[in-house]
Amino acid sequence: MPDIAPARDAADALQAAMPEALLDCHSFRDETTLIVAPAQVVDVCRFLRDTPGLVYNFLSDISAVDYWPEQERPERFGICYHLLSMLYGRRLRVKIYVAEDESEAPTMTGVWPGANWLEREIFDLIGIRFSGHPDLRRILMPSEWDGHPHRRDYPLGYEQVQFSFNAEEIMKHKPFARE
Amino acid sequence: MAVVETPTSAPDAYRWEGNIEELRGLVSERAFTGETMLLNMGPHHPSTHGVLRVLLELDGEQIVNAVPDVGFLHTGIEKTIESKTYEKGVTATDRMDYLSPLSNNMAFCLAVEKLVDLDVPPRAQLIRVVCLELQRIASHLVWLGTHAIDLGAMSVLLYAFREREKVLDMLEMLSGQRMMGSYFRPGGVWRDITPDFKPTLVNFLGEFPRAVEDYQRLLEKNPIWVDRTQGVGVIEPDRALAWGMSGPTLRGSGVNWDLRKSMPYSGYEQFTFNVPLGEHGDVYDRFMCRILELWESMKILHQALERLEDKGPFRSDNRKFVPPPRSELGQSMEAVIHHFKLWTSGFDAPDEEVYAAVESPRGEIGCYLHGTGGNMPRRVHFKTPSFMHISSLPLLTQGHFIADLVAIIGSVDIVLGDCDR
Repeated sequence: MPDIAPARDAADALQAAMPEALLDCHSFRDETTLIVAPAQVVDVCRFLRDTPGLVYNFLSDISAVDYWPEQERPERFGICYHLLSMLYGRRLRVKIYVAEDESEAPTMTGVWPGANWLEREIFDLIGIRFSGHPDLRRILMPSEWDGHPHRRDYPLGYEQVQFSFNAEEIMKHKPFARE
Repeated sequence: MAVVETPTSAPDAYRWEGNIEELRGLVSERAFTGETMLLNMGPHHPSTHGVLRVLLELDGEQIVNAVPDVGFLHTGIEKTIESKTYEKGVTATDRMDYLSPLSNNMAFCLAVEKLVDLDVPPRAQLIRVVCLELQRIASHLVWLGTHAIDLGAMSVLLYAFREREKVLDMLEMLSGQRMMGSYFRPGGVWRDITPDFKPTLVNFLGEFPRAVEDYQRLLEKNPIWVDRTQGVGVIEPDRALAWGMSGPTLRGSGVNWDLRKSMPYSGYEQFTFNVPLGEHGDVYDRFMCRILELWESMKILHQALERLEDKGPFRSDNRKFVPPPRSELGQSMEAVIHHFKLWTSGFDAPDEEVYAAVESPRGEIGCYLHGTGGNMPRRVHFKTPSFMHISSLPLLTQGHFIADLVAIIGSVDIVLGDCDR
């Protein structure tokens, strides 16, 4: 059994090693969120993965969130990287904010290849591009789809139920779902 | 005699000409010269376990490249939940991984409970554990049957479904539904266990070991089965971790990681059970991991059964989040107000984010939940094991024969509803 370095606090370690990358640290219900500079998120994650005492070796999830229409937040989108340290049995959320007019973030596929599809999903549903991604295509929606359905300003469409009395009426405007 | 003209070309409806240039970068250059063959497998193919389409580049019978194409079952569940109150969202989560709906319920309920800081009474947690383990057995039985039928062992499917039916009957006793029960709700479960549930479970636990022994006898040492599965689809532990695999697929490679053990939820820390581990990371080891998990689930069920009392709280009595029982509505004005409030507007959750993960039969289902301060979430995102496993399919299949592809797909146990959401 190799020696295991004692667990360190991720925020402190990052503050010591890369002070310019760490913008904010936030805690809610025992979950720690590190808000980092988007340009350095790949380096931060590599640091969190490879540093003894942290060893966040597993990428659980990447989720993006759209803060539209809130005006007080400067950036519209947030991307959360949920990291897991199997050695110390704890989780960490690394978060970056992405402005709507750039909508671009660096890809995490160099650190964890499993990020490939998670990023494709975000590109497909939220519309954030990942620079350097090897295969950035739509994944869940059809390739010719217009728009990004998980944006908060994308309406939730529905189709009217067809009965015999209104079937013809509905067929007239069939391909278009109602907003 | 009338001369039947032979058609010189297929009718237009059958003519399909794909643009091969679109595939540049996905398949190797040899496909463009005609040296290798491109073959489309699925989306309607029984051994893809749903609607997975795989574009295969074949050199003879060997797979050079496999390009999975998913999204056929995308139903916008996450988007739907964004327009529902938290309690209604549970119903949508059932439809993701349709072979283990209760695990999805669990991930979502855990996230909601974390977000609003809601306690679940120990007896409700116990009922949840019983349900989750029953669900794990049901899901593993479907996996076992379909995996075996993929590899030509026809009879296992029938035996496995015979036992699964008993499990589904028990779930029906609890929730009134065989599959999409939405039985877990934020704060506990929908209703108490029925009086005939425990005797049925005792009965089931009495006869199930014999069934599992039967499955093992049918396959474990079967020379054809062993030939088809050992040394096929090997995943090294470090690659499994890098590609985000979880569950029995990860444990088959020897990585000792089970969320029930390592980061317990819903009172799993009170149970004694083992985490079966593979050694070689091949199809056979993943198969054995799941078979042994059936035994471990039975262990947990035995322990839970001892502790499960016939009467007691089955959901939180925090009336701000959990509706009062029907019996109170006739006597208490307060209860009527809470009932009305919760069933019209639901409860509010803070504008914060949480992540909760559970060990489903397939792996880690994670639920990322971001509240708005109102009664509907801003964003729900499910990290699903099948999505991660299918993304690594090219890695798993390269260099294998096309017949092994079926074995590999079966052994990582994918559910396309889980993948596409």
